[in-house]
Amino acid sequence: MARELIKGNEAIVKAALLAGCRSFYGYPITPASEIAEAAARYFPLAGGTFLQAESEIASINMVYGAAATGERTMTASSGPGMSLMQEGISYLAGAELPCVIADITRGGPGLGNIAPEQGDYHQIVKGGGHGNYRTIVYAPNSGQEMCDLTMLAFEVADRYRNPVVLMTDGAIGQMMEPVDFPALAVEAPVKSWAVRGNAETRGNLISSFHMLPEELERHERHLEEKYAAACRELVRWESWQTEDAGIVVIGYGIVSRILRTAIGRVREMGIRAGLLRPITLWPFPEEEIKRLAERVNGFLVVEMSNGQMVDDVRLAVGGRPPVEFYGRVGGTIPTTGELVDRIVRMSEVSHVRQSI
Amino acid sequence: MKREDNDGNGEMKGSKPDRGRVEVAVEECKGCGLCVEACPVGVMRLGEGFNSHGYHPAEYTGTGCTGCGVCFFACPEPGAITVLRLTMNR
Amino acid sequence: MYVKAYERPQSLYREFERKAEDRRSTHYCPGCGHGNLHKYIAEAIDELGVQDRTIFISPVGCSVYGYQYFDVGNIQVAHGRAPAVATAMKRALPESLVVSYQGDGDLAAIGGNEIMHAANRGENLTVFFINNAIYGMTGGQMAPTTLLGQKTATTPFGRVLQSEGYPLRVGELLASLEGPSYIERVALYDTASRMKARRAVHKALKNQIEGRGFSLVEVLSPCPTGWGLSPNEACDWVREQLLPVYPLGVLRDQSEHREGWVRRRAIVTPAEIPHVLGLRETAETVTVPNRERISGANLHPRIKIAGFGGQGVLFLGKILAEAGMHEGWHVSWFPSYGPEMRGGTANCHVSLSDQPIGSPIVSDPTLLIALNRPSLERFEAEVVSGGTIIYDCSLIDVAPARPDIDAIALPATTLATDAGNARVANVVALGACLAKMGMLNREAVTHMLDDLSREKGKQEVNGRAFEAGYRFVLDSPG
Repeated sequence: MARELIKGNEAIVKAALLAGCRSFYGYPITPASEIAEAAARYFPLAGGTFLQAESEIASINMVYGAAATGERTMTASSGPGMSLMQEGISYLAGAELPCVIADITRGGPGLGNIAPEQGDYHQIVKGGGHGNYRTIVYAPNSGQEMCDLTMLAFEVADRYRNPVVLMTDGAIGQMMEPVDFPALAVEAPVKSWAVRGNAETRGNLISSFHMLPEELERHERHLEEKYAAACRELVRWESWQTEDAGIVVIGYGIVSRILRTAIGRVREMGIRAGLLRPITLWPFPEEEIKRLAERVNGFLVVEMSNGQMVDDVRLAVGGRPPVEFYGRVGGTIPTTGELVDRIVRMSEVSHVRQSI
Repeated sequence: MKREDNDGNGEMKGSKPDRGRVEVAVEECKGCGLCVEACPVGVMRLGEGFNSHGYHPAEYTGTGCTGCGVCFFACPEPGAITVLRLTMNR
Repeated sequence: MYVKAYERPQSLYREFERKAEDRRSTHYCPGCGHGNLHKYIAEAIDELGVQDRTIFISPVGCSVYGYQYFDVGNIQVAHGRAPAVATAMKRALPESLVVSYQGDGDLAAIGGNEIMHAANRGENLTVFFINNAIYGMTGGQMAPTTLLGQKTATTPFGRVLQSEGYPLRVGELLASLEGPSYIERVALYDTASRMKARRAVHKALKNQIEGRGFSLVEVLSPCPTGWGLSPNEACDWVREQLLPVYPLGVLRDQSEHREGWVRRRAIVTPAEIPHVLGLRETAETVTVPNRERISGANLHPRIKIAGFGGQGVLFLGKILAEAGMHEGWHVSWFPSYGPEMRGGTANCHVSLSDQPIGSPIVSDPTLLIALNRPSLERFEAEVVSGGTIIYDCSLIDVAPARPDIDAIALPATTLATDAGNARVANVVALGACLAKMGMLNREAVTHMLDDLSREKGKQEVNGRAFEAGYRFVLDSPG
């Protein structure tokens, strides 16, 4: 184990190299640029490739090429850059190529701003590209998770032969926390399906193209099976003080950190609130939410968006108990006091109060 | 162009054999005619019959081929034309 | 005896098993130049003996099915992006032979950026660019290379200069860059032009094998269907119409001067990676914070440090967080960022605690360190009742107005000047902060400062500045 006080964005790079990643293709964008900068510094030293591409479109297609050779590869960007990558992500999913993409979200739409917003949920979790595909999405909320989930993302990407996105906000990317890195690096697996320019792989083909409808249907059914397996095997969440909670508050990324402090404070005031933090945004922890819905009096979803994840919560809850939403947009970060007030107000509403 | 003394194998009776010969894979030919146009000695032509795709495949007239390979390089199909050459090694 | 002299190249499949039907002939129209170029490429791969090493990239366009024909490693990619895909494949596999095969829509329109940058980087790649002045696959629409006046499905009255501009001369455009090694334009309309094309194909592939950098062959190719001509008429059209606009010949050739143009990676084993990353093994037993030494101190300080850019505000915060981490506290450091960042001010938030830290954002500090007046004025109200404000009274000519906080007027800049450098006012503030917090070991912090500046002189200045700040707080009444 090696402990370091490190920015979340830089932790991603070190974790990637420890996970056996050997190439990084990216384009600068705030607030994700530290990832490219750290990659530029470390990837060549680690026997890998760093290349600043001409655009995010080129970046993701370079990732496509690198992934096709069987090496572990990644890119990183933020909102507008992620939008440009969507076609490439669809191709990666269609061609079943594994890769890791870090999305350090910022404000939108359009140029928006560089402040931490969570408005990328729809484009990342719902698949902003064309066609029937899914990306597996992890939402780290600490420096340590930037490391751990990055390493996990490479393993899961290879296991499912699918792109995995690490989606977090600029706040988690920019802040420094102590991170315990593993003392040993992983040896990346050899992939028999890859195209490696040798006799063994000469017959291999990487492609997302299936001209005949029956053939494409067969391929898409195969992808669906994979996604169903991911739903069974990959869902992750963190529950905190939900056991006796009357109100369960749901948030991810930096919001979940503020909520933890806020819930600590409302608990001191005698309000039984708990926190559910999705760690995987896809697959979404809907079973856990369904389970909680059977006994809690209400959910409060907090996002730094106009309400995107809340749709998934409502789908999981299915009408009862009530799901309320509180959102800040534009890159404003809700304060602890603001969230305390919001939870207190919800607890005072009669239908929620009943058994608190 | 028609040579009556052709035995169909490019080896003419009683005279020097042709240096080359052309084989056309009938089902691979699309009848584009580029080989006919390109052949420097004019020994290729489009046949009268059809292949299963409905093209008139090219054919070697049967004699006079020099084995130069020009028709092979003019032909867009990978395996429609094969050019053979006469060798002295037996 | 007759033996085969010219036959289907080895590097093309004997039967096209990936093809849905008719596995003997290609999907190309009669007289289409793609098939010729396929043959020439495969022939050259055979001659060069690199079939196993070759990776063929099929684009989007009529040649999308290239992988059905080439018996090599195959990959099909997004429209226009082949040069980007090729770049990464070649970087990963420097010993492979990566071939990008692109049409005029793919390369010259949608993929204009990717080809330009791959060429400019001088990637050791081979690109074959089929220019037939039309979009074939989508049904005969205008290409960037369509001739003026040429009628296509999207220029039904002919390409008009004032609307669609001039035909794009990709070869010349790329040849003007320093990066490419070899660029030649060839054509497929008669025997002589086909033979030249074969030689250019061979050279472009050989260049890559020999590590001579970026090679591109632009091929003027007949599209009888797209042009509405017979195959032979299409050949005439190439000669009569395309050649005057797209002159044939070598447009750039630096091949002889480009040896060893191979980007190989350093060989680093997984065991060496942690060292490369500068990771140092730390003891598994985590230091437990010494709470006895700090009895009476706030065990959950939330600190906001603010000033103008260049005062070392972020650095001050990092030292606090780093020192806290080494002493076993949970810590977080959060920089001024997004909407917080305006007017050249900088601030950071540092939390230390014996419990895991929830929000790393300090919206209600227990300790505010203000190094300029705007910072004091902006954040004074945020400080919790009973909290502390340390402010640089050598620069700030007002005092905090609140009666419910402990205000320490620290002449940081003056003390820093006395210590030898006015710029170390942040270190004076660090000393003051440590004395006030009482939970961090001062020796550990001064060692950390020494580690950060290797120069003896600077170390001494920092040491004096730290001591001055530290003593100022201890010696203050109350």
